[in-house]
Amino acid sequence: MVWSRPVHPSLLLAENSSSPGASHSGAKLIDALLPASAAGIIELLSPVPPGWGGTLLLGLLHSIEIAVGATCLGLLIGTCGAYGKLYGGPVVRDLLAVYTTVVRAVPELVLILLLYYAGTDLINQLLTAMGYQRIDISGLVAGIAVLGFVQGAYSTEVIRGAILAIPQGQIEAARAYGMSPGLLLRRITLPAMLPFAIPGLANLWLIATKDTALLAVVGFFELALATRQAAGVTKAYFTFYVAAGALYLMLSLFSNLILGRVEAWSRRGMPSVKEAR
Amino acid sequence: MKTVLKTFAAALLLGVAAMGVAKADPVKIGVAAEPYPPFTSPDASGKWVGWEIDFIDAVCAEEKLECVITPVAWDGIIPALTTKKIDVIASSMSITEERKKTIDFSDKYYNTPTAIIGPKDQKFGATPDDLKGKVIGVQVSTVHAVYAKKHFTGAAEIKEYQTQDEANQDLAAGRVDAVQADSIALGEFLKSDQGKGCCDLKGMVAPDVEVLGPGVGAGIRKEDTELKDKLNAGIKAIRANGKYEEISKKYFDFDIYGEDSQSN
Amino acid sequence: MAGEATVINVAARTSLWLQPHRIVLILIALALVLGAAFFMRWDWLPQYYQMGLVGIWRSLWILAVTCFLGFLLAVPLGLAQAAGPFWFSAPAKAFCTVIRGTPLLIQLWLLYYGLGSLFPQYPWIRESWMWPYLRQAWPYGVLALTLSFAGYEGEVMRGAFAGVPKGQLEAARAFGMSRWKIFRRIWLPQAIYRALPTLTGETVLQLKSTPLVATISVIDIFAVSSKVRQDTYLTYEPLLLLALIYMAITGILVFAFSRIEARIPNKIG
Repeated sequence: MVWSRPVHPSLLLAENSSSPGASHSGAKLIDALLPASAAGIIELLSPVPPGWGGTLLLGLLHSIEIAVGATCLGLLIGTCGAYGKLYGGPVVRDLLAVYTTVVRAVPELVLILLLYYAGTDLINQLLTAMGYQRIDISGLVAGIAVLGFVQGAYSTEVIRGAILAIPQGQIEAARAYGMSPGLLLRRITLPAMLPFAIPGLANLWLIATKDTALLAVVGFFELALATRQAAGVTKAYFTFYVAAGALYLMLSLFSNLILGRVEAWSRRGMPSVKEAR
Repeated sequence: MKTVLKTFAAALLLGVAAMGVAKADPVKIGVAAEPYPPFTSPDASGKWVGWEIDFIDAVCAEEKLECVITPVAWDGIIPALTTKKIDVIASSMSITEERKKTIDFSDKYYNTPTAIIGPKDQKFGATPDDLKGKVIGVQVSTVHAVYAKKHFTGAAEIKEYQTQDEANQDLAAGRVDAVQADSIALGEFLKSDQGKGCCDLKGMVAPDVEVLGPGVGAGIRKEDTELKDKLNAGIKAIRANGKYEEISKKYFDFDIYGEDSQSN
Repeated sequence: MAGEATVINVAARTSLWLQPHRIVLILIALALVLGAAFFMRWDWLPQYYQMGLVGIWRSLWILAVTCFLGFLLAVPLGLAQAAGPFWFSAPAKAFCTVIRGTPLLIQLWLLYYGLGSLFPQYPWIRESWMWPYLRQAWPYGVLALTLSFAGYEGEVMRGAFAGVPKGQLEAARAFGMSRWKIFRRIWLPQAIYRALPTLTGETVLQLKSTPLVATISVIDIFAVSSKVRQDTYLTYEPLLLLALIYMAITGILVFAFSRIEARIPNKIG
């Protein structure tokens, strides 16, 4: 992180006294890493209003909210999609194949733009056509819906693979006991597929956290846009992009830590599965 | 299985609907989510500030409209209006015939000349001859982008940026030789530490009303005539009662409204 | 592993095309396409198609160059992590973690605008031979995408290097091969064979990342479609066509890779 870099006090002083853009002294190395002075950077990143740290943290919070929402929605779509792909009729299967293929072949950025404008428009046209009042879809909901739709395609494949990895005997045994399909799903399929699905889903969560940055391009307020605004207003582009990168990295590392635990938990009592992916 | 899927789909739609329902009443004022000082920019606490924010607040107060500022990406601001994500564009959008094919505008509320800035150590003006062989930075989907394309194509290379700040930034970095934009926005940049260090005003471009339009107005959907009337009445009222002047004095030392004889 | 999720399933379904429900679905799809062709506005196409072709060419060029360079960089990254001493493996691991842990968009903006904001402090940069390149946007896009590809593929290569059976290397040593020769003749080729199946997925992912360069003013196919959107105020038509173009490119890529993979002997190790 930039601000923890040791800076010699004399250089700091020299930096502070010179005007930006006019320093040709020995402070060049420091200059390269810190466009403004170190003190200035701490001020820029401080969480209380003259600094933009609070804005960045708020952006991070929004990013996490969207990522959580999108992953949950993706899981829901993924579970239904996987079931449809495995047990659905031919039409359902074909439609799902089209869905997963298209989503995985088109850049997220394009999908986000398309769904962001078209999705809410379609829902509203549908609602008005059905005689309801049009609704006002907030940016958060739109962001979650768009990313969730994308995540759903990937989840479908992950969960489908995981369900296929369940030993067939377990499902047959459950059927033999006369379990209803709902009970079978809840008691056998879902718990048994978890250890196979979690590595893939963990990866999807990491992708979701990073994909939230793309929403900046449609003007949705999350970490990347907060950074862009902060950098644009203060002109400290380098500082803020490094800071944003550090925040994303911390989120990823923290997620890895938690997900590792979850993975270990989901595999409790199982022989070590080496190639669960 | 199908019924399960259907139920899920219905639940999903309802869920989205339920989550998305906000109070339907307030007028959503769309501004570009990227800073455009001194007209619209976020401050460190996330509040939107600037001349245009004060202006539209005054208009809303005058007409007793409940307004909320809604930031959207600049390059998608017109689709955001037509798909009803926002109700009004108050983001320094120039009134042009081209845009009028898609949306409608209120009366103009300011009009300032278009300027070109460049590095301090180079001397040139703002005519196509002066800009021969140079790289000009403009913001996408602005009248300036259209103007540069019309008048400088052939002479200069035109580079389009998503935000005005990024164009300015690349001028300071030396990646473009000149930036064309609204004179006030550029003036604000030239006043900043970075702008002071690198660049100065090269001149105002030759007027072209067809492209640059008669000034900046609030964008509205064509069918929202009632809202248009209200905005026009509001603008007229704050022009008359001195509120406009009062707000402008906070930011500028001259009248940015431009000429008065304006039929739109 | 990010690649896993995107490996496009091109299962053999050639014989199943003509089932009744498929025919109905295809007809519906055709109706939708025809409807889009008739009821949407496409009059801008003649004006922009040339620009579009240039944009497609640029996207493909960026894709090819960054995948190639990224793969070259991934080999040492993977090797360092799989077999290198600590002072090689730690930086390589850190690099992969940082690249994989942060959004490409932020990396791209940091490289282009972040570094750019430092230029004014160094007037000599503008006199150097690099300046004509530093002035333009595409080198930054290529650099960011290359590093990104290297970061993801480096992780794959690590697994690939580690996965080559010990017996192979021991046998090579028993033959008296030098370390360099073992690497060149046994270890590297086998690791690359092992990594090849992930390449399809990674390349498709890379293709899907290329439109991000439009945000730093590189005019690729995505930027062209944005331009059409801005010039014509149409929202859906350019985006739909763009999605179609990307799907076509992905399809061709997947097909080409499956042909290449079919030629590579899969009985190794």
